[in-house]
Amino acid sequence: MNIHEHQAKEIFRKFGIDVPNGIAIFKLSEIEKKFKELKTKKIVLKAQIHAGGRGKAGGIKIIDGLDDLKIQAKSLLGKKLVTPQTGAQGREVKRLYLEETCDIKKEFYLSCLVDRASSKIAFISSKEGGMDIEDIAKKKPEKITTVKISLSNLINDEDIKKIIHPFDLPEKSKKIAKNLIKSIHKILIEKDANLIEVNPLVLAKDDSLICLDAKINFDDNALYRQPEILSLRDFNEEDSIEVEASKHELSYIKLEGKIGCMVNGAGLAMATMDIIKLYGSEPANFLDVGGGASKEKVSAAFKIILSDKNVKGILINIFGGIMRCDVLAEGVVSAAKESNLNIPLVVRLAGTNVELGKKILEKSNLKIISANNLSDAAEKIVNATK
Amino acid sequence: MSILIDKNTRLICQGFTGTHGTFHSKQAIAYGTNLVGGVTPKKGGQTHLGKPVFDTVGEAVEKIKPNATMIYVPAKFAASAIIEAIENNIALIVCITEGIPVLDMVKVKERIFKSNSRLIGPNCPGIITPNECKIGIMPGDIHKKGTCGIVSRSGTLTYEAVAQTSENGIGQSTVIGIGGDPINGTSFIDCLELFLKDEETKSIIMIGEIGGSSEEEAADFIKSSKIKKPIVGFVAGLTAPKGRRMGHAGAIISGGKGNAKDKIEKMKLCGITVAESPALIGKTLYDKLAR
Repeated sequence: MNIHEHQAKEIFRKFGIDVPNGIAIFKLSEIEKKFKELKTKKIVLKAQIHAGGRGKAGGIKIIDGLDDLKIQAKSLLGKKLVTPQTGAQGREVKRLYLEETCDIKKEFYLSCLVDRASSKIAFISSKEGGMDIEDIAKKKPEKITTVKISLSNLINDEDIKKIIHPFDLPEKSKKIAKNLIKSIHKILIEKDANLIEVNPLVLAKDDSLICLDAKINFDDNALYRQPEILSLRDFNEEDSIEVEASKHELSYIKLEGKIGCMVNGAGLAMATMDIIKLYGSEPANFLDVGGGASKEKVSAAFKIILSDKNVKGILINIFGGIMRCDVLAEGVVSAAKESNLNIPLVVRLAGTNVELGKKILEKSNLKIISANNLSDAAEKIVNATK
Repeated sequence: MSILIDKNTRLICQGFTGTHGTFHSKQAIAYGTNLVGGVTPKKGGQTHLGKPVFDTVGEAVEKIKPNATMIYVPAKFAASAIIEAIENNIALIVCITEGIPVLDMVKVKERIFKSNSRLIGPNCPGIITPNECKIGIMPGDIHKKGTCGIVSRSGTLTYEAVAQTSENGIGQSTVIGIGGDPINGTSFIDCLELFLKDEETKSIIMIGEIGGSSEEEAADFIKSSKIKKPIVGFVAGLTAPKGRRMGHAGAIISGGKGNAKDKIEKMKLCGITVAESPALIGKTLYDKLAR
C-alpha cells in the first residue's frame, strides 16, 4: 500500500525526523487560513498523488504570495497529472501540500528497503539526489552505495558511517544524519514498510539535513497489524474496479487489451495473458480468482470483467486443484445468464472434476466455446474476437 | 530415487484440524502419503482422520518421530508455526500459507540459516514425489512417475507443466513449488542442485515469473554446474505492466528489474531451452530429449 507525501512526512515527524513545515489542503476554501497558519512566505505547492515524476509534469509550483497561491491551487486541484508513473490516463489531483522551502546546498538520495535476495534490511545512498535512481543504477552503478543489515541486529555506527559516506557531510551534519538513519530503520521495522525513499535528501545552507520528499510503501500482508497505516489508504488513488475486486478477494488488474481473462492462480493468469499476446491479441486484464473460489466469487469476477467496456470476448482458463471445475462451471453459467452475455466466451477446464464441469456447461444452452488445452483456448478466443 | 521426500517420509500437519488442514490431510492420506499425525494447539489427545493430534510439535516429535511437516495455519500465526518446527529439528518444513508479512519471513529466514531444517514456501503448492508422497495442495492424479524434476514459483502453472509431461510420457521424479513470495525458504538453485545430483532425474523444468532475480541467479548456477542435464524453462509475465503486483507478493517489476524478457534472455545465454508458450513446456522438453 502506498501513502501520500504529506502522510509519510507526518510519520517522519512522529519518529523525530526533520521535515519542512507543511500543511495539507483538500478544498480551495481552506487556502487562506492554512497559508496563514504556516507563517512563512517562501513556500512550494505540491500535488499529492501516488506517483513519482510530479515535478516534470507540472505538479510542483514555487509560490509567490497568497494571490499566486490561490491561482496555482485552483489550476492544480482537479487537474489530471500525467507522469511516467501514472500511465497515459493520468491521475486526478484531489489534495495539495503547502510546504515551506529551504535553501539547498546539496541534494542526495537515500532509501531503506527489505532486500529479497539477502533477506536483510538494505540502505541505498547516493550523492546524486533528485534524479531517477533507476537511471543512476543503470548508467553509473559506482555512484550507489548499498549497506545490508540483519534484522536481528541493531544498526551500528560502522553501518551508518558507510551509508552516509557518499554524502561527504560537514562534521556538524553527521550527527543529524545518524539520527535520521536510525529513525528510518525504526519506521521500516515498526510500521512494516517495504520501502522508505527520501529523494532528495537535502543539505541546507545552515548545514541541517532535510527530507524534501518522502515516499513509503507498506507490506499489504502486514496491514492487519497496522491499523493506523491502513486508515491512511486513499481509495481515490486506486482504480475503482480494482477496489471492487479486492472486496471479493479477487486479484484484478486492468490492462489495455480486449480479451477479458479469468484464471485460477497468479502464474497461470500471467501465462494466459502471455499466450493471448502470442496469438496476436492483447489481454484486457489480469484476474486471479484464487484457489478455493465459490460460485459467488466466480459470478463477481465475471461482472468485474464485463464492466470494462473494451472487453470483446472472455477466456476462462481453470486448472482445478483445490478449485473444482463443477463449482466454477456453475458460477459461470449463472453469471452468464444474469448478465445476458452477448460476447464470445471460451472456457478451458482441466483438473479436479473436469468432466462434471464440462457437462454443466453443455447442458446450460449457452453459446460457450469449449477448448481442449491452453493453445486451443487462446487460438479460439483470438479468432472469435477478430 | 527422488529428492527430499519418498514413501518413507513421516509427515505431520500443523493446523491439522482446521478446514484446509483437514481437507488436504485427507487427500494426502488417500494418495498414499505416510501421514503419521498432526498438531493443533488445545486439541491434543484427540484423534483426527484416524491419526493422533498433539498440542505442540515437540510432543509430536517425541511420540511419532516425524521428519516432515506441512503447515496450513493462518498467515498471522504461520511464522511462529515455522519457527516451532525449526526449534524441533523437523528436517523438511512445507508452508502452504499465503499472506505472511515480509518481516516475519525475514525473521524465519535468519532462523533457517542457523538450523538443519529446510523450508519450502511459503505461499506455495508444496512438493510431490509421484506414487509415493504428496505434501501440499496439488491434484495428485495429474502426476505420473517419471524422470523429469520440476521446480516452479507458481502453483497452477506447475500443474500445467505436470499435465503436459504426464501426457507425453516423460513423467516426474519430484515436483516442487517454491512459492510466489519475495522471501522464501528454498530457492531455484537449491532445487536445481538436488535435481542435478539425483540419478533418477534425467531432465529438469524450471518455471519462473516476473520479480526479483532468482531466475537469473539460477541460470548462472546452471552455466557453472559441472553436472549437465537437459533443462527447459518458462517465465510468466511477458505482458505484465511495470510496478504492479501480479497476484503473488513477489511478482512485481520494480526499479527496472525483474522483467520476463531479461530473465528469458539470461536463461537462454546459460544453456536453458526456454519454451515460447506455456502450452509448449512439455513438448519443448520432449523435442529436446528426442534430439
